[in-house]
Amino acid sequence: MTFSTEDMARRAAREIPAGSIVNLGIGLPTQVADYLPEGHAWLHSENGLLGMGPFPYEGDEDPNLINAGKQTVTVLPGGSTFDSATSFAMIRGGHVDMAILGAMQVSCGGDLANWAVPNGKVMGIGGAMDLASGARRVIAMMQHTTKKGEFKLVQRCDYPLTATRVVSLVITELGVFEPTGHGFRVIELAPGITREKAEAATGAPLT
Amino acid sequence: MTGKHGNKVVPSVQEALAPLRDGMTILVGGFGLSGNAEALIRGVVERGVGDLTLVSNNAGNLGKGLATWLKAGIIRKVICSYIGANEDLHTRMASGEVEVEITPQGTLSERMRAAGAGIPAFYTPTGVGTVVEQGKEVKEIDGRRYLLERALHGDVALVRAAVSDRFGNLRFWRTARNFNPVMASAAKLTIAECDKLVDNGGIDPDDVHCAGIFVHRVVHVPEHENAFEYKTTRKRP
Repeated sequence: MTFSTEDMARRAAREIPAGSIVNLGIGLPTQVADYLPEGHAWLHSENGLLGMGPFPYEGDEDPNLINAGKQTVTVLPGGSTFDSATSFAMIRGGHVDMAILGAMQVSCGGDLANWAVPNGKVMGIGGAMDLASGARRVIAMMQHTTKKGEFKLVQRCDYPLTATRVVSLVITELGVFEPTGHGFRVIELAPGITREKAEAATGAPLT
Repeated sequence: MTGKHGNKVVPSVQEALAPLRDGMTILVGGFGLSGNAEALIRGVVERGVGDLTLVSNNAGNLGKGLATWLKAGIIRKVICSYIGANEDLHTRMASGEVEVEITPQGTLSERMRAAGAGIPAFYTPTGVGTVVEQGKEVKEIDGRRYLLERALHGDVALVRAAVSDRFGNLRFWRTARNFNPVMASAAKLTIAECDKLVDNGGIDPDDVHCAGIFVHRVVHVPEHENAFEYKTTRKRP
């Protein structure tokens, strides 16, 4: 059995120390917020919000209170809003403790590729490069292989890079892995996933 | 009061936009459709200028906002950070009708902050070892590599505020602030569209988010669409 996306989000939430500032990337990482105990961490959204709360109740939506994915959100007591330059000063200046980001490829050296597919439609960079290079710790949350079964945990990324040597932990449906430079150290495997099965799905040695 | 910082409040959008010319670089605040100067954006199409360079985080979305400039064919180049679901930009980029320069979001905002602050260029760690590095000076400082990024100036900035006073001191609402203050500082002519106009003194000086020194014209537009991009909610308990 593999980890469900809920399992992955719950596992990622366990990596977040109490009282830290965390930025959750668009997509899968957004779900991590559902597994954080109330008041555990402060969520940062790069469009200019710290202390982001859950989605609003129906009827309370404000089109000018949104997250970086342009979804309507709320702001918690103690939260603040600010301009984009200040928001990225927080990120670039090392004030954001952790970023949990989606990934297309992660190399065993910790390189991250998550903004473009070679010869694919260019969606843009957004805040990905600033977050990847600026956050104190970067965790990648991703499917272990592509839909076609191609490796996404690789020796060397061949997709356009977001940042080099930044990813410290990778959470996939098969388990939790740490890029070591030479391979991926197995931190844990999903229930019923053997080392051999994980090895066969990984494009670099498991150590 | 007369002079550059005399009477800033203009009675109409068209009067506010009269100084626009073909070929200008226009900075437009907003994160997607949030914090858009809606009436000014509409007014630029009616004004009939073209060959514009647009600087904005997204260049519209869902066919709204700045997507109307793309449809009107008045943009030559877009400098943005994210395209996403903006099909109006995807198609024009693919056909070559519009040149697109994609910049990391923090670099985009800092390039305009630098422009407004009189800093011609700055070193940043963002983009090192990626395609963003191409053609840029790389410098190692205290053992870490940085890229030299240049300030980004605008001829005109179009910003949206919740409240303005007659001097152009601005207050924003929630995450509608985004790029608006840095863009206001980075342009030769900044035009602010405000939901509410108050007399000077109507905003406490300690509550001003963007000082009126960065704003040259103010137009009062009480009604806005404030379109949702992705309305996400939870059920009431």
